Amino acid sequence: MAGTGSKLIDFEVRRPRQDVIFRATARVAGAMTLALMAVIFVALLVRSYRALHLVGIGKFLTTQQWVPEAGKFGVGSLLFNTVMIGVVALVIAVPVSLCAALLISEYSPPAVSSALKTLVELLAAMPSVVFGYWGLEYLTPRIRPLSQWLANHLAFLPIFKVTSSSFAGSTFIAGIVVALMVSPVLTAVAQEVFFQAPSGQREAALALGGTKWGMIRKVVLPFGRGGIVGGTMLAFGRAVGETVAVVVVISATATRQVHILQSGANSISAWIAETWGESNPIGISALMAAGLTLFLLTLIVNAAASVIVNRTAKAGGPSL
Amino acid sequence: MTVQHASPAPDTATRPHSGGPPPRSDRLRLRGWSRADVAELAGALLGSFALTWLVYEELTTLSGGLGFVVCWFFAFLVTYWAMARNRLGAGAAGDRLAAATVASVGLLLVVGLVAMLVYVVAKGYHALRPQFFTKDQYGVSPLAKPTAGGGLAAIVGSVEQVGLATVISLPLGIATAVFLTEVRGRIGRPVRLLTDAMSGIPSVLAGLFIFALLILSHVLPQSGFAVSLALTISMLPTITRTSEVVLRVVPGDLREASYALGGSEWRTVRRILLPTARNGLITAAILGVARVVGEAAPGIIDAGSSPKVNWNPFKGPQENLPLMIYEDIKSSVPADNIRAWTAALVLVFLVLVLFVAARAIARRRPGGTRRPVFRFLDRKGPS
Repeated sequence: MAGTGSKLIDFEVRRPRQDVIFRATARVAGAMTLALMAVIFVALLVRSYRALHLVGIGKFLTTQQWVPEAGKFGVGSLLFNTVMIGVVALVIAVPVSLCAALLISEYSPPAVSSALKTLVELLAAMPSVVFGYWGLEYLTPRIRPLSQWLANHLAFLPIFKVTSSSFAGSTFIAGIVVALMVSPVLTAVAQEVFFQAPSGQREAALALGGTKWGMIRKVVLPFGRGGIVGGTMLAFGRAVGETVAVVVVISATATRQVHILQSGANSISAWIAETWGESNPIGISALMAAGLTLFLLTLIVNAAASVIVNRTAKAGGPSL
Repeated sequence: MTVQHASPAPDTATRPHSGGPPPRSDRLRLRGWSRADVAELAGALLGSFALTWLVYEELTTLSGGLGFVVCWFFAFLVTYWAMARNRLGAGAAGDRLAAATVASVGLLLVVGLVAMLVYVVAKGYHALRPQFFTKDQYGVSPLAKPTAGGGLAAIVGSVEQVGLATVISLPLGIATAVFLTEVRGRIGRPVRLLTDAMSGIPSVLAGLFIFALLILSHVLPQSGFAVSLALTISMLPTITRTSEVVLRVVPGDLREASYALGGSEWRTVRRILLPTARNGLITAAILGVARVVGEAAPGIIDAGSSPKVNWNPFKGPQENLPLMIYEDIKSSVPADNIRAWTAALVLVFLVLVLFVAARAIARRRPGGTRRPVFRFLDRKGPS
């Protein structure tokens, strides 16, 4: 009996130390994530100091040209063009993704639904550069008639006006490719919140004689509003950061591109990848500053999105 | 589907009923398709196709392509709506219209995916030879055929870079997931939030960050390892989030049993939690690999391409598959543009294999326990 007792005490003494080490290790791992984000921010800030000091933050955010050698550069036009691609992508991706999510959560029988989910996840796993090449070689010639048609019939809207006859490499085509790439994120989030719409209310709506569409409009969509908004922001965050697909598809322009249909588009990330090889030290510092801008943009959008999504969708949530 | 009367029960087989009276044939049908529904859909599709053909191709000067499909789609919606309205009334017709619209627009995603896969295969298989896996591009003349040389340099680079990234991010990601599920504490919430935010960091920024931190300060040369570190940043949140979900569904009573037997927290994690979740953790690793294997941006910034095989990831430029594709697309040599498709086919196939493997492993039952812990991965439809 005494032997067991001493062992027990021995055990009790040892246990905390093992767990202290374990807890400390786990905490360090967790803290690494926090530290990493801080280090990314600081490293980009330090490296962009030279460029930002040269032109000033205000000038950097508004200047519309990129000639680092002459000390004239800024993200004025890049930021605008980035947001334009993001907005075009969302205009396409939001309706498509919401329909896909409704199809998965409401309209399909279980087997079809899970097959569709798999396909959407597969779409998310496709490499960016392949999307870009496909957009360049397959989509560009096939979208041309549509661009032409829009330009002919909707030219009274400034964004659809064209001043040149080339439609390749436009914001519109980049937007379509990016839309396809960010749709899986939005679809996953939306479908997750649609599934969670309370079945009591669904059944009540149907029992009162509502049609399925009526039930979706009055129960599922209002319930999933938070997820839709959050998922849309998440998709926007992905859209503005999309790099290689955009580089491959667009014909880069250094000016602000208001006309989405005509050749010439750009984004911050695409510009970084495109001009990386030919930059001198000040050019690299300027690109770091552009990267810092993009970092802050995506960080704010993503953090806000995940707060909104987590508030709506509890328990796990989609892991994309 | 709308509520309607079924034709004499073709679906009674789905209802297990033993001995009792057969179900009434006029019971309400809440799901499924009656023969009239199918006929209506087919009729609307055919009729609208014929109408569009007549007007679009024959009577006007328009022809071909996207415009035809768009016109057909709208003609179909109108026809379908009118037929439903005729038989079932305005309310049900609106419902049908909504269902048809949602289904066709939602399926655009699948159409996009299939169009891309088919195109990649169609473009890529011509120039794919076994030597793609054994030869590099070094010394291949720009005038040589697209089948000359191969992608060995890129394949070696991809394997080494992604392998190193996995070695770094897997332990770190799982440790973070364990922290999030078992330890938490005050920094739990911010860690979770930032993991989410981190998963949204574009890979180009990850590459830029490694360049800013390590390469500009001469800690590392531009090399495959620098790319690995950048890939780690993209991989980490995927592994953390997936592992967290997997660890969270390990049943609480397994943990409690371990604690009740006097097991320490560490032993519980080491002996109970991780072995139970093993398959899920493997899936997390594969998903992480699939997430970064197609990233070209870190390679553009941190390594640079080289046509020659470079076995050493710590020194000199080292290519990888997406980088090779990118360089070949940008190249002005026609043979290179074709090689890009070949490499794209290999890369897409690789991603497909990883994807299928991840799903297959996730579906396997965990070792050591009899509980189907991964039921959540098999969840189907609204419950």
